[in-house]
Amino acid sequence: MIRVSNLTKTYGPRAAIQDISFEVGKGQIVGFLGPNGAGKSTTMKILTAFMPATSGTVHIAGFEVFENPLEVKKRVGYLPENPPVYLDMLVADYLSFAAKIHGVESNKVRAAVDRVLEKVALGDVRGRLIGNLSKGYRQRVGLAQAILHEPEVLILDEPTVGLDPKQIIEIRNVIRGLAGQHTVILSSHILPEVTATCQRVIVINRGKIVDQGTIEELSSHLHKGLVYSISVKKPSPDGLKSIQTIPGVHRVTDQGSKWMIEMDPNAGEIRDRIVDVAVQKGLGVLEFRSEKMSLEEVFLELTTNESPEAHA
Amino acid sequence: MKRVWNIAWRDFRAYFMSPIAYVIIALFLFIMGWFFFNNFNFFIQSASRMNPYGGGGTTPSVTEGIIRPLYGNMNLTLLFIVPFISMRLIAEEKKMHTMELLLTAPLKQWQIVVGKYFSGLLLLSTLLVPTLAYPLILGVASNPDWGPIFSAYLGTYLMAGCYLSIGLFFSSVTENQIVSGILTIVTSLFFWLISWAAYSAGGAWSDFLNYASLITHLNNFLRGVFDTSDFVFYLSFIFIGLFLTHRSLDSYRWRS
Ligand SMILES: Nc1ncnc2c1ncn2[C@@H]1O[C@H](COP(=O)(O)OP(=O)(O)O)[C@@H](O)[C@H]1O
Ligand SMILES: [Mg+2]
Repeated sequence: MIRVSNLTKTYGPRAAIQDISFEVGKGQIVGFLGPNGAGKSTTMKILTAFMPATSGTVHIAGFEVFENPLEVKKRVGYLPENPPVYLDMLVADYLSFAAKIHGVESNKVRAAVDRVLEKVALGDVRGRLIGNLSKGYRQRVGLAQAILHEPEVLILDEPTVGLDPKQIIEIRNVIRGLAGQHTVILSSHILPEVTATCQRVIVINRGKIVDQGTIEELSSHLHKGLVYSISVKKPSPDGLKSIQTIPGVHRVTDQGSKWMIEMDPNAGEIRDRIVDVAVQKGLGVLEFRSEKMSLEEVFLELTTNESPEAHA
Repeated sequence: MKRVWNIAWRDFRAYFMSPIAYVIIALFLFIMGWFFFNNFNFFIQSASRMNPYGGGGTTPSVTEGIIRPLYGNMNLTLLFIVPFISMRLIAEEKKMHTMELLLTAPLKQWQIVVGKYFSGLLLLSTLLVPTLAYPLILGVASNPDWGPIFSAYLGTYLMAGCYLSIGLFFSSVTENQIVSGILTIVTSLFFWLISWAAYSAGGAWSDFLNYASLITHLNNFLRGVFDTSDFVFYLSFIFIGLFLTHRSLDSYRWRS
């Protein structure tokens, strides 16, 4: 249903996302998990044809977003980070406007509005001014807007951000209720949120995909060790062996220009030890770095606490 | 076209959800009433005195004595009023993040631009309709030439349409409505006043500056003269404004 290939978006010299590729099958609910600034919103803006990518392609229901934005927009419902609601409109008026611009035929607008109001449990505020509603209700109005035209794909950017715990539970229930009828991508920086709602998770950090899979798959990856690489000026077999014998190092492999150092899981912080040994052995260290952003490191940056203050 | 209308109508209604439309309408009608009253009085007085225009016993026509100055003043007033109509059109949507709704709905970008523009024209019409009272009063009091009155409205509408087009563009380049309004006034004034420079610039430059000035083309309409080239000028001017707005939305999408 959704196929993203090598997507890159740069702002000036900085890449917000880099070479992102993933697929989402029909009817899945996929979580897009990553800390703030990871590139979640950027990716979603490109998927909805709101913003063009710098390079790469996105196919939704067989249409490429850049070449065929109208066809994509017809099939996608989008709830941006800030619910795109007009504060000076009544809930029902807003939804009928949204229905019309999404191509719902005039004689079906009313029915569509009634249907979504019921789905997101907003019936009791249909005649209220949006500006007078709480954040949780506005978010639900935004969600209602996204499903008005019965899109095949739903893209929800941090749908629970800024809500209180009760509202969060309500919104999640609404989203779970939408599964099955729509293919859903939902972004979040809150770990329990995706574990509670999604079948599959794509973990993104600093614009790159770190890992993807089911929750179980991710937690099995989680216990693999970290990998560092070291480049040295004067490599020697003796030096390599010395590093290998440091407690916590699982294996060292010579890759020509650099050595890859695989760590035992739960090795602790021993990077200083590795560098000390390399210096003692007179290897001439040129570079020492973490080779792959490990899932642990990403998860450390994620919010694991559900209360909204935790990430204020 | 239906989508254009959906957008235009929503925006038009939104004007009346805040005091802004009422303030604009009241202010405009007050100023115009003042102009009309004074023009009318002045005309009556000068007509009842000795005819100052020499020649035979003819008094200045209603067209010359009332219509031209009245609608000239109306155009100058609109130059300061229209930016208040245009300033919110896109700036507000950017600020409130509702632009994302429009830009991810299955709409073509020009439908959004034209819809917004039409909502401004609707409010403009709401301003202008009550001023039809002035020609009607003249119709009761005398026997005016209806041709120039019609053409004065047409010219005014086109000219205000140019202000609106400038305003829509500036509303799309900034989220700050005040900045957008000020830039609109300055730019509109610029296109009024460049004909002044035509006197000192000579030759081809003078012709060009005269042609590029909004006011030059209005004068024909106020005299009751229809000239296709004036139409073409105004419509092109409006088109360029809408085109630039469209481009500015493109770049907004690239950068957001
Ligand atoms: N309009 C912009 N101009 C420049 N940089 C931006 C812009 N929008 C986002 N970025 C940068 O791109 C990166 C990804 O941002 P974003 O996609 O909003 O992250 P997330 O939604 O995961 O919090 C961030 O480093 C952010 O600073
Ligand atoms: Mg974001």
